[in-house]
Amino acid sequence: MSKTENSNLFSPFTSRLSKKNPSSEPARHAKRAYQNKNRVSLSNTVLTVAVAFLFLPLVVIVVYSFNSAKGMVWSGFSIGWYQKLFFGSDKLWSSFGNSLIIAFSSAFFSTVLGTLAAIGVNWYRFRGRLYIQTISFLPMVLPEVIIGISMLIFFSAINIPLGMVTIFIAHTTFCLPFVFLMVLARLDEFDFSIIEAAHDLGATEKQTLFRIIIPAIMPGILSGFLMAVTMSLEDFVITFFVSGPGSTTLPLYVFSMVRYGISPVINALSFIMILGTMLIAFVLRNFLKNIAASK
Amino acid sequence: MRHQKLLTSRNYGKPYSYPMGIWFTLFFILPIGIIIAYSFMKKGLHGGVELQLTLDAYIQMINTSYGKLFVRTLVVTLISTVITIAISLPCGYAMARSKHQTILLFLIIIPFWTNSLIRINAWIAILGNEGFINETLKNLGLVRESLPLLYNQSAVILVLIYMYLPYAILPVFTAMDKFDFSLLEAARDLGATKSESMFKVLLPNVRSGVVTAIIFTFIPIFGAYTVPLLVGGKDSYMIGNVIVDQVTKVRNWPLASAFSMVITVLSTVGVLWMMGTSAREAARNKAAQVKQEIAV
Repeated sequence: MSKTENSNLFSPFTSRLSKKNPSSEPARHAKRAYQNKNRVSLSNTVLTVAVAFLFLPLVVIVVYSFNSAKGMVWSGFSIGWYQKLFFGSDKLWSSFGNSLIIAFSSAFFSTVLGTLAAIGVNWYRFRGRLYIQTISFLPMVLPEVIIGISMLIFFSAINIPLGMVTIFIAHTTFCLPFVFLMVLARLDEFDFSIIEAAHDLGATEKQTLFRIIIPAIMPGILSGFLMAVTMSLEDFVITFFVSGPGSTTLPLYVFSMVRYGISPVINALSFIMILGTMLIAFVLRNFLKNIAASK
Repeated sequence: MRHQKLLTSRNYGKPYSYPMGIWFTLFFILPIGIIIAYSFMKKGLHGGVELQLTLDAYIQMINTSYGKLFVRTLVVTLISTVITIAISLPCGYAMARSKHQTILLFLIIIPFWTNSLIRINAWIAILGNEGFINETLKNLGLVRESLPLLYNQSAVILVLIYMYLPYAILPVFTAMDKFDFSLLEAARDLGATKSESMFKVLLPNVRSGVVTAIIFTFIPIFGAYTVPLLVGGKDSYMIGNVIVDQVTKVRNWPLASAFSMVITVLSTVGVLWMMGTSAREAARNKAAQVKQEIAV
């Protein structure tokens, strides 16, 4: 866009130059515009290939979930695996129930803790602020195995039996940093003078929090919450260490399916989960739009 | 500046932030602390530890064949990270210059949010002996025997790149999106070649995004567990797998703790170093700017 504008803007000047030297400005601009086009299309090619690479496995899985035979040889369309998934997989659905309980409880709890902490860190200076900022960053960069192992050893050192409670604690811990950062990003756009005005007009801190701050940063809180739900539903490694008998979550169940014999039911399940992911992504689309728009 | 003004009104920082601080201290710092302590203790008979200070775990870690494991893990991690970053740069660039950013973000995020085990399972279905590629090749009559595509080092690297590519693309894109692309035009007008404008103008400006991308790929790949376990052979085990075996099978908690310590320290040092270099860079840029302003 700016390229053509520039050349138009300078065209009287450049055309005068070009009389003296035909191969100068306009020719060079044209050549470069051509090269630029080429360069953009090179990176576009890489992007196209990368997106194809990212989607290839998903497409293969979805297509073969409708295969009537068990293997990867196509032998006719069938929805048999979906029937088996919905009507013959009780264990799978009970593990999905566990996953939902964990996801919503830990997402809710981490959203409450993370939102409050973000409000405090963003607007106030106090002892331990730097400490809180630093430790809220660390769980995001440590490999999951380390978090899982440290929690496993911790829980057995203080004799807490592994189960739903320990999964809840672990999930809240790894979801917290993301909620915290998302709410913090939202608070950045929020004008503090509104809160000062509320205080000046005699609002208590509780009123200010519930009637002004929380409604204003609701989009940030919601996307943090949804992110936490997705991350909790998806987590396998950390859950693997802190789960006990009777607290199998869906990813743990999927793991046992992948590890010990592949059943095409898992392909059918994959398609359902990809659809679910797209649904959540669709809900978050406004949030993504905000990212794309906030240049 | 806003923060200073706040000190005049009441300070609610502690009641707001301390609950999360306490939570992290209890369920993150304390467990890591226990790991540090355990790595210096003696192995208990049936898992657990005996309260006795010793360097046994670290000596065992250095003495045995684990050196090879470290090297292998490091090599695999480096290869995967370099390729992932190399792919993510043009991708982020193309996305930042595209008019369809929302759709592209959507496309990158959907695989990223699909359960990791499902994606690994998909690669097993593609690469396996009776997998998609082998069956297709056999049907076309190109091969008779299945090609050994799965359960080896290359499969591990391929799937690792696949898993962490979105982690690299997203921060690179975010940084590129903030870049003013007319600067590239300016560089070219001032006589820079195409590669000069890319490496001397674009890359330094998106440095923070690239650093984030490296952190978000290198560290999780270094601690990878699921991918080597499911698509690798016995010879492609990485540190993560050995740690887990030590905890769950061998029940040598001090050794597992010592390995975890190494990963934790390396990750933390890596993050601090990268944050440090980008902070220094920022400080230098700012200093240069101030000098210029003074000169003007």
